[in-house]
Amino acid sequence: MFSELQLGSSLILISFFAITIVIVDALFQKNKTVGFSYALFGFILTAVASAINLYQAPSLIIPLNSENLITKGMIVFGGYSSFFDILFCMGAILTMFASREYLKREYHEYTEFYSLLIFSVSGMMFIGHANNMLMIFVGIELMSIPFYILAGFIRTNFKSIEASLKYFLLGSFATGFLLYGIAMIYGATGSLGFTEISKSIASGINSTTILVIGIGLIIVGLSFKVAAFPFHQWAPDVYHGSPTIVTGFMSTAGKAAAILAFMIIARNLMPEKIVSGKFNFDTHTLQNIIAWISAGTMLVGNITALVQKNVKRMLAYSSVAHAGYLLMGIVANSQLGWQGITFYATAYLFMQIGAFVIVGLIERGEENNLNIEDYAGLSKSHPMLAAMMAMFMLSLAGIPPMAGFFGKYYLFAAAIKSGFTWLTIVAVIATIISMYFYISLIIQMYFKDRTEKELEIKTGLGLISLIICTIGVLLFGVFPSLLLDLTRQCFQLLG
Amino acid sequence: MLSDFGIVLLFLITGFVFVALGLITAAIIRPHNPNPVKQSTYECGEELISGSPWIKFNIRFYVVALIFLLFDVEIVFLLPWAVVFQQLGWFAFIEMAVFVLILLAGLAYVWAKGDIEWEKPKPYIPSLKDLVVERKQHFAE
Repeated sequence: MFSELQLGSSLILISFFAITIVIVDALFQKNKTVGFSYALFGFILTAVASAINLYQAPSLIIPLNSENLITKGMIVFGGYSSFFDILFCMGAILTMFASREYLKREYHEYTEFYSLLIFSVSGMMFIGHANNMLMIFVGIELMSIPFYILAGFIRTNFKSIEASLKYFLLGSFATGFLLYGIAMIYGATGSLGFTEISKSIASGINSTTILVIGIGLIIVGLSFKVAAFPFHQWAPDVYHGSPTIVTGFMSTAGKAAAILAFMIIARNLMPEKIVSGKFNFDTHTLQNIIAWISAGTMLVGNITALVQKNVKRMLAYSSVAHAGYLLMGIVANSQLGWQGITFYATAYLFMQIGAFVIVGLIERGEENNLNIEDYAGLSKSHPMLAAMMAMFMLSLAGIPPMAGFFGKYYLFAAAIKSGFTWLTIVAVIATIISMYFYISLIIQMYFKDRTEKELEIKTGLGLISLIICTIGVLLFGVFPSLLLDLTRQCFQLLG
Repeated sequence: MLSDFGIVLLFLITGFVFVALGLITAAIIRPHNPNPVKQSTYECGEELISGSPWIKFNIRFYVVALIFLLFDVEIVFLLPWAVVFQQLGWFAFIEMAVFVLILLAGLAYVWAKGDIEWEKPKPYIPSLKDLVVERKQHFAE
C-alpha cells in the first residue's frame, strides 16, 4: 500500500504554501506579481498532487487507528477527499485569475488576499480529509476565519465592512452550536472518531437523549454554514456586501466545503438502523428533518430571489436555493445521492464563479452597475460576455445541454430512489420558479437596449477563468459520464 | 444511577445555593443607611474620572497584543513538551522545531511589514514665543 506521506502530499503542500507565502509577501512587498505567481503555483501544484492521489487511490482509504500511524486514524485519503481537493484548488485558481484585475480596479491589491485564499483552501481540504469530529471542526474554522477577513477586504467600502462584521458575529455563534453538538455526541458515544461513532450508534447506546440533542445542535450549526432555510438570513447581506470575487469563491468552494462537512457527518450519523429507546429516533426521522430543511431552503431562496433588483443579491438568494438542492443528496443517504452532490458541487462551482466574474467585470466602484437594468444591451456591446453569462444563467436554471441540468437530474433521481418523491416535486416547482429571474437577466441582455453610454470592460486575466468556466459547464453538460465515472468509486472503501 | 456528569450537576447546585444563601442572609440582617460617599465606587482613594470609558486608544497597542499572542501560544505548547522531552526523543524535537518555525514565519512577516517598530510621535517642545502668546491671551481674558 501507499505510505501516509505520499497520500497526504496534497495536505502537506497546501500547508507549506500557506505558511511560506507569508514570508514571500514580506520579502517582495513592492512586487505584487511575485506573490500572485507563488500562490498560483501553490494551487496548481496541490491540484496536481491531489490528482495523482486520486489516480492512485480512486476509493477511500481509512487508515485504522494504531501507534504506527502519523495521523492516528484522524485523516482519510483518496476517494472523495482527493476529488474535493482538486475541486477546491480549481475554485481558488479561477478566483485568482479573476481577482487580479478586480482588486487593481478597487485599489486594494495586497498579497494578503492570496495568502488568505490559500489558508481557507487548506481548511476546506482538511474538512474533506477528516475522519474525526475535531478534524472537521478545525477545518471549518480554518476555512471560516479567512472568509471573515476576505468579506471585509475592501475596507473603504462600508457595505464590505458590515458584511464582514455580520458574518463574523453570526458565524462564531453558529460555531458555538457546532462545538456544543460535537461535545454532546462525544458524551453519548464516548468517541470523536467517525468509525467509532457510527459503530457505537449502530450497536445501540444508552443515552439517546444526549445523542438527539447533539445531532440537533450539529444540524443547526452546519445549516448555518451552508446557509440553509431557517438560518440563511446572513447569506444575502454577506454575499451582497463582500467584494464580488470573494462572493463567488465563498458561495461555491465555501458552500461545497460546508456541504461536504454535512455529508461526512450525516454519512456517519445515519446508519441503516439506530437502535433507540423511548424516543423512536431513527435514520428515517433524521432524513425527514433534513428533507424539510431542504424543501424550505429551495422555496424561500428562489421565491425571495424573484423580487430582487440587484444582480448580486439575486445570485446570493439563488445560492441559498442551490444549498437546498445540494441537501437533497444528503437526504437520499445513498451512494447515488453522494455522487449527485459531488457532480452538482462541481457544476455549480463553474457556473457560479463564471457568473460572479462577469458581475465583477461589469460592476463599478461602490454599488454601481449592479442592477438588472445595467445589463441591458450587453449582447450588442460585448457579445462574448453576454453569451457566456446567458450560458451560466441557463446552467443555474438547469436547462439540458449545461452541466447544471445533469447535477439536478442526479440529485432528483437519488431522492426519488430513496423514497422522497414529495421532496423532488417541491424541488421541480422551485426550479420552475427560478427560471423566471435567471431568464429575465437574459432578456435584459438580448432584447433591451442600453440608454446610458457604453461600458468599457477590461477583462485581463479574468478571461482565462471565464473560458475555463465555460468549458467546464459545457463539457460536463454534454459528457456527464466523464465526471460520474470518476465519482463512482469515490465513496467506496478501498480494501 | 449518579453518573460522572451528575456529580458535576450536584457541585453546580451546591455552588449556586452556597452563594445565594450567603447574599440573602446578609441582605436580611445588615443595617441599611446609604449615603453618597458610601455609594460611590472605591478606586484606591483616587477621585473618580467621570465620563465615558469608551475612549479611543492607539491602534498600535492592538498590534502589540496580537504579537504577544504569538509568543504566548508558543510558551503554552513548549512547556508540556519540555517536561516530557526525555521520553519522546528526537521525533518530538523535530516536531517542535517545525512548530516554532511556523510561528517564526509569523514573526518574520510582522517584522518585515514594520509592525514591531514603535513609531514615536514627534515631541512638541514649546518655545518661548508660544509662551508669550499664551500669556498675552491669558491677560486679554
